[in-house]
Amino acid sequence: MVFLQLFFAFLQIGAFSFGGGYAAMPLIKAQVIDTYSWMTIENFTDLVTIAEMTPGPIAINAATFVGNQVAGIPGALVATIGVILPSCILVTGLAFLYAKYRSLRLMQGVLRSLRPAVVAMIFAAGLSILIPTIFTDGSIRFAADNIHFFHILCFAGALVALRMFRIGPIKVMIGCGAAELLFTALISL
Amino acid sequence: MEQQKTNRLEIMKKLFFSTFYLSAFTFGGGYVIITLLKQKFVDELRWISEDEMLDLVALAQSSPGPIAVNGAILVGYKLAGLPGVLISVLGAVIPPFVILTVISSFYTVFKSNMVIKTILTGMKAGVAAVIMSVVFDMMTGVTKSKDPVLVIVMIAAFLANYVLHINVVVIILLTAAFGAVRTVLSQRESPHGL
Repeated sequence: MVFLQLFFAFLQIGAFSFGGGYAAMPLIKAQVIDTYSWMTIENFTDLVTIAEMTPGPIAINAATFVGNQVAGIPGALVATIGVILPSCILVTGLAFLYAKYRSLRLMQGVLRSLRPAVVAMIFAAGLSILIPTIFTDGSIRFAADNIHFFHILCFAGALVALRMFRIGPIKVMIGCGAAELLFTALISL
Repeated sequence: MEQQKTNRLEIMKKLFFSTFYLSAFTFGGGYVIITLLKQKFVDELRWISEDEMLDLVALAQSSPGPIAVNGAILVGYKLAGLPGVLISVLGAVIPPFVILTVISSFYTVFKSNMVIKTILTGMKAGVAAVIMSVVFDMMTGVTKSKDPVLVIVMIAAFLANYVLHINVVVIILLTAAFGAVRTVLSQRESPHGL
């Protein structure tokens, strides 16, 4: 029964993917191509591209897309519920434990050390988006043909808009997209 | 009583529309959405403290599943208990569900569209700026704590993650263990202190 298969395939993906969407990709491939042959490898590459190009969590994008391709909207619904169910149960449990025990001294000590580590990891995630944006070949190499000057301008402009003019983050991101479109249109004239 | 009821309704509405809006407009995965959740609930609404938000991010990162959904669950529980969880998960899931359902029916057209590709490339510079701006504020918070050990933890975690590519869950577990040992040792030294 295809609905049960979809549900359990994405339940496993939701339960075993640690570290966000990109970590889930190999698991999705294993289920969708190797176990059930729901897709070809070309279709899967399309799926990765589309999941990245559209807003929202990558794992949910993938579940909705595969579910739709395999069994229409009911399939999409079943796959999406499967992928978020483990989070809903486990993380709600953690939220409860956090609310209950966060004031314990030992817990305070643990959390106090964790906070700077979390800041560092968000910084690392930011760098891995920023560097391929500024350097054309994705590596830090200072040559005129490798530096994307317009993206540096966008990045700097966005920082000024966020920090000095207090413009909302989503407006800033959309503004950068519009600027890129305008710039590309102008240089291709 | 009546006052409490309206407050609760207000919180639920804000929760749903915030997670919905962030999920609908955020490209680039969990970290971006987490950063925006922080902007919304810590900086703008001031419903959650900065320290507590960082705790929630650590929990969201170290649990399996999409980080954005985990973050929405934690924020929802913190602000409104189980109903809050339900509302914020719905908010986070509905936009990608609708968008992908539409796209999956004509995805060859979407995939090859140059305009969409160009806009998305430009948006990445903005996404990087949003993350860096929030990181700057949080780093200032860590250095202001006047605890050099925390600064060392921050640098070590960065190197482990970015340079050595050590798994995020491993880094979180090791840091948690370090924090526990440090707390136990400092309690032994000064039983009345802290």
